[in-house]
Amino acid sequence: MLSRTASSLYWLGRYVERTDFIARLVEATVRLDVLSPRPAGEAAWASALAVSETDSAFAKTGQSVTQNNVARFLTVDSSHSGSIVRSLDMARNNARAVRTALTKEAWTGINRAWLLFDNRSSPGGAMATLNLVEAVKAETRGFEGAVHRMLRNQATWFIRLGQAIERADNTARLLDVKYHILLPEGERVGGVVDRDQWTTILQTVSAVTAYRWLYSEGLKPANVIDLLIARPELPRSLAASVEEAVDILNLLAKRTGLHGEADRMARNRHMRLAKMASGAVISRGLHQYLQGFIAENDELHRAVGRQFKFT
Amino acid sequence: MGQAGSTVARPELAALGAWIDETPDAELRRRQQSAEATFRQLGITFAVYGDSDASERIIPFDIVPRVFLADEWARLSAGLVQRVEAINAFLVDIYGERKILDAGVLPPDLIFGNAQFRPEIAGIRPPHDIWAHICGIDLVRTGPDDFFVLEDNARTPSGVSYMLENREAMLRLCPELFRDFRVAAVDSYPDRLLETMKSVAPEGVAAPVCVVLTPGHYNSAYYEHSFLADSMGVELVEAADLVVDDDVVWMRTIAGRVKVDVIYRRIDDDYLDPLVFRPDSMLGVPGLIAAYAAGNVALINAPGNGIADDKAIYSYMPEIVRFYSGGEAKLPNVETWRCREPQALKYVLDNLKDVVVKLVDGSGGYGMLVGPTATKAEIETFRAALIAKPHRYIAQPTLALSTVPTLADAGLAPRHVDFRPFVLTGSKGVQVVPGGLTRVALKEGSLVVNSSQGGGTKDSFVLMDNGAARGQRQSQGQSQALRPELPLHHLPEEANGRPPPAGAE
Repeated sequence: MLSRTASSLYWLGRYVERTDFIARLVEATVRLDVLSPRPAGEAAWASALAVSETDSAFAKTGQSVTQNNVARFLTVDSSHSGSIVRSLDMARNNARAVRTALTKEAWTGINRAWLLFDNRSSPGGAMATLNLVEAVKAETRGFEGAVHRMLRNQATWFIRLGQAIERADNTARLLDVKYHILLPEGERVGGVVDRDQWTTILQTVSAVTAYRWLYSEGLKPANVIDLLIARPELPRSLAASVEEAVDILNLLAKRTGLHGEADRMARNRHMRLAKMASGAVISRGLHQYLQGFIAENDELHRAVGRQFKFT
Repeated sequence: MGQAGSTVARPELAALGAWIDETPDAELRRRQQSAEATFRQLGITFAVYGDSDASERIIPFDIVPRVFLADEWARLSAGLVQRVEAINAFLVDIYGERKILDAGVLPPDLIFGNAQFRPEIAGIRPPHDIWAHICGIDLVRTGPDDFFVLEDNARTPSGVSYMLENREAMLRLCPELFRDFRVAAVDSYPDRLLETMKSVAPEGVAAPVCVVLTPGHYNSAYYEHSFLADSMGVELVEAADLVVDDDVVWMRTIAGRVKVDVIYRRIDDDYLDPLVFRPDSMLGVPGLIAAYAAGNVALINAPGNGIADDKAIYSYMPEIVRFYSGGEAKLPNVETWRCREPQALKYVLDNLKDVVVKLVDGSGGYGMLVGPTATKAEIETFRAALIAKPHRYIAQPTLALSTVPTLADAGLAPRHVDFRPFVLTGSKGVQVVPGGLTRVALKEGSLVVNSSQGGGTKDSFVLMDNGAARGQRQSQGQSQALRPELPLHHLPEEANGRPPPAGAE
């Protein structure tokens, strides 16, 4: 496989995952803001900007933090790299560059998602926004399904490796930001706002029901953190994402004979995560842990590029 | 609805007329829209240079197929084979011994003063002496037996992906047509192309590695590049993926370098190798021509082919065909005035409002005057240009191009068409794929079929027999230049109209 192809497939995986994540983030925030009995307002949207690391880009627009402005900014605004439309642009550009490595189904999934934004300058009101992000999610799901039905070879694995590494990064950021704003001053632990915020996190990673199955008690922050960091059953947890990266690197090594520092790094992380107790992470400082995780994830990303000669 | 039947002027095609009559316009339109929606989803788009609003467009698709009868096709094929053989012989000669110049058939300055002639590659002999592996010969029709060659394309002719995708769409949307007509299949094209590529690999390479070289995904024909690479199962490479080392071409893969033997390049000569041609090319591979000259890689088509399909050379094609084949051209040229010749120039200047004037090095319908539809100002602009630089122009009569029924806004209506069949030449000979790209001028009365100027495409049926409808056909009769490997009628009944997919998907 061409190095350029491998690199494009990997980035395709990252951008599709990022697209899906922003869509989920917008969806969860609209729900929190509009659909909950007590609208969360500005704080919810400010935190959505922080999670997607677009707060400073948004500040530059000079707009006020309202649902309309932020939802538009995160979906259809192509002036910055954190929006769905830009993420899809990047995904599609990479997909186009490697058309031959994709099946028709995988490509049309991306292209259909991209066409949703053709000539669109606003996501519309709350309902229309929910419909739009739902449509995006449906296409990225379709893409994922198509990827799983592609030949089980390098092409599939590079896409999935990109997805796994991007997913780990997204979940870590989501937890990190939300944890900071969880307890606004004067707000009681377990109060309405608190609960809403935790629910938003779970919704963003599609884990509301999973939480109920895995923890037979009400919503507890420590459990949510445990679920998102340490439970390998939850596909978007740090543990599961790291494990998937290890598995895919193994498959690639077996097929291509190429293994090296990326494999070692991924295996190391996996072992450390498996041994770790989430309670200890909280007491030692969640923020530090997550920052360390994100930096390490980036290291792995670079090691993958070196190992497979991405240029 | 019914009124369109009258536009089918050929009695052999009564079944097509009946199909048009039976199928309501609204239904035809629905199918057409469905085809176009699919094309958009697949990303079968092209970019229009200088049009930022519509950076990606689909070419409009017309649902009514254009039909060739088997005997028409047999005659066309014979003419195409003859012409492409002559083009190859001409290229071998002009970059070699130049017998044709010694014989005085062409004025030498037409070659040596021509930007399309590449002295850099003179003396290089490509494997099997084949230069024009893939030709697209543009044809027009003015009467039942009157086909003319409008233009030869021996560099990197595009459009074959439309031939294949249009057929896919027709099979899906109008399966009943394939029940009524025995249409020759075109889906073996990628296999034939790969065979052709492998057949011209450098000597001694047992399992040649073939690739398609694209300028990248911003190129207007990128879809076609990826489509062809995909359906042949070969890598689609960009210049940056290739490196030439000691006159050998390698591609960079995750596991290191892999040697490349045959390159179907979709990059123009000018940009192919910055060491030999344009030094500012970012799309090219430094050293590629040296590797080619050393015989370590085959380039498809060969660099330098522009001298064979240049519009100034075109007017000499009947003489060129006669010189190399010893016989008259089976496919005539459109009458052409070479404005470099004073008498011809005078005639053209006197008749500007009746003729079509073309730049010898123009393409895509640009730099062209269509006299009958031009304004006075346009005519005067061309008059001045012709007087200033007559050698840059040729002129042709305005042809009464054939029309075929086409779905227009107000229902079915006649529209002008041209046709580009594709001809492959490998070490085992020349083959004509039974089909091609029919381009249609969608504007009423228009003669310009270029996609960049409002043209569309249609599927082109080549019938395997002359009897239009199934059941009325006669015996197989004369074999065509090319028999498809898997004719539709060999498929089980329920699978009719669904030949095996071309790709691996």
